[in-house]
Amino acid sequence: MVFDLLERLFNRNKTGSATVAKDRLKMVLAVDRTEIAPQTIEQIRKEILDVIVRYFEIDENEKFDVTLERERGSTAIIANVPIRRIRPEHI
Amino acid sequence: MSGKVIVITSGKGGVGKTTSSANLGMALASRGKSVVLIDADFGLRNLDLLLGLENRVVYTILEVLDGECRLEQALVRDKRQPGLALLPAVQRRDKSAVTPEQMQELTGRLAEMFNYVLIDCPAGIEQGFRNAISGAHTAIVVTTPEVSAVRDADRVIGLLGAAGVGEPRLVINRYRPQLAQTNDLMSVDDVLEILAVKLLGVVPEDEQVITTTNRGEPIVLAASPPPAGQAFINIARRLEGEDVPLMEFKLPAGNGFIARLRALFTGR
Repeated sequence: MVFDLLERLFNRNKTGSATVAKDRLKMVLAVDRTEIAPQTIEQIRKEILDVIVRYFEIDENEKFDVTLERERGSTAIIANVPIRRIRPEHI
Repeated sequence: MSGKVIVITSGKGGVGKTTSSANLGMALASRGKSVVLIDADFGLRNLDLLLGLENRVVYTILEVLDGECRLEQALVRDKRQPGLALLPAVQRRDKSAVTPEQMQELTGRLAEMFNYVLIDCPAGIEQGFRNAISGAHTAIVVTTPEVSAVRDADRVIGLLGAAGVGEPRLVINRYRPQLAQTNDLMSVDDVLEILAVKLLGVVPEDEQVITTTNRGEPIVLAASPPPAGQAFINIARRLEGEDVPLMEFKLPAGNGFIARLRALFTGR
């Protein structure tokens, strides 16, 4: 019925603190569960960056993130690298 | 007899582990089972107080292990529920007074005497936790729907698995359905998605838990148990293998815009 729909739309706000809590927990638990040291993630970040810059010009102003994510029992490593373009020598 | 040995544990302290232990023990005993509650939170004993048995403690687990008294002598029998007994914790000496081997032997002996051996475990993951879980067949992990409690629950679930304690089941305590509905509190589904364990029950936040705790009378003993008491009774029934549906949390209609609009159109 239309009221239930309206109620759900208004009540279940996506920006509620529960959604934030869940997202933060997922991130922190992915790291907790693998027991990987933050220094190791930083090392991986640097090495990935070294490889990427060989082939791409990257946007220095944008943030380059490496995070662990866990969904339903499997862990993924996510690297988000902002690139400008491929280096001319590789075209 | 070969009773079930269940450890009741949590990562974070203050989530209602001891309250859950007292109420589950009492609920199972009310259903005609024989139950012994072991207070394994050495150094910080409280189960006696929650059960209203604090004045009747003579011996503790330590005198039993030191051979200063027989196991039967240390057990405090509940007057309200003859099926319920408490093995009190030590308050004087350090927490490492009991070894994992001693716990295994003790729970083994108690499992021959009772249908259920419930161990109230200390919070955290220190040696006290490791001692308390040795000898347990399965575990009940208690958490509240807060980030810190859920994170620590996850750690404990991992350690239980590593220690070979069978598939843990989750109790979500102090649940506030109204806050969950407006997405200001993680919902039952949110917590289950993160922890990926089986749900044993959800206990709503209930002010009456405070007053019953003050009196040393677990909330399940009330003549017509309030929602939190009913939730613990349901959990006890599920432990017994019954298929009991989750409680429906009745939310007040509220007086927000939508509620008023609905009232206007439906006359409710």
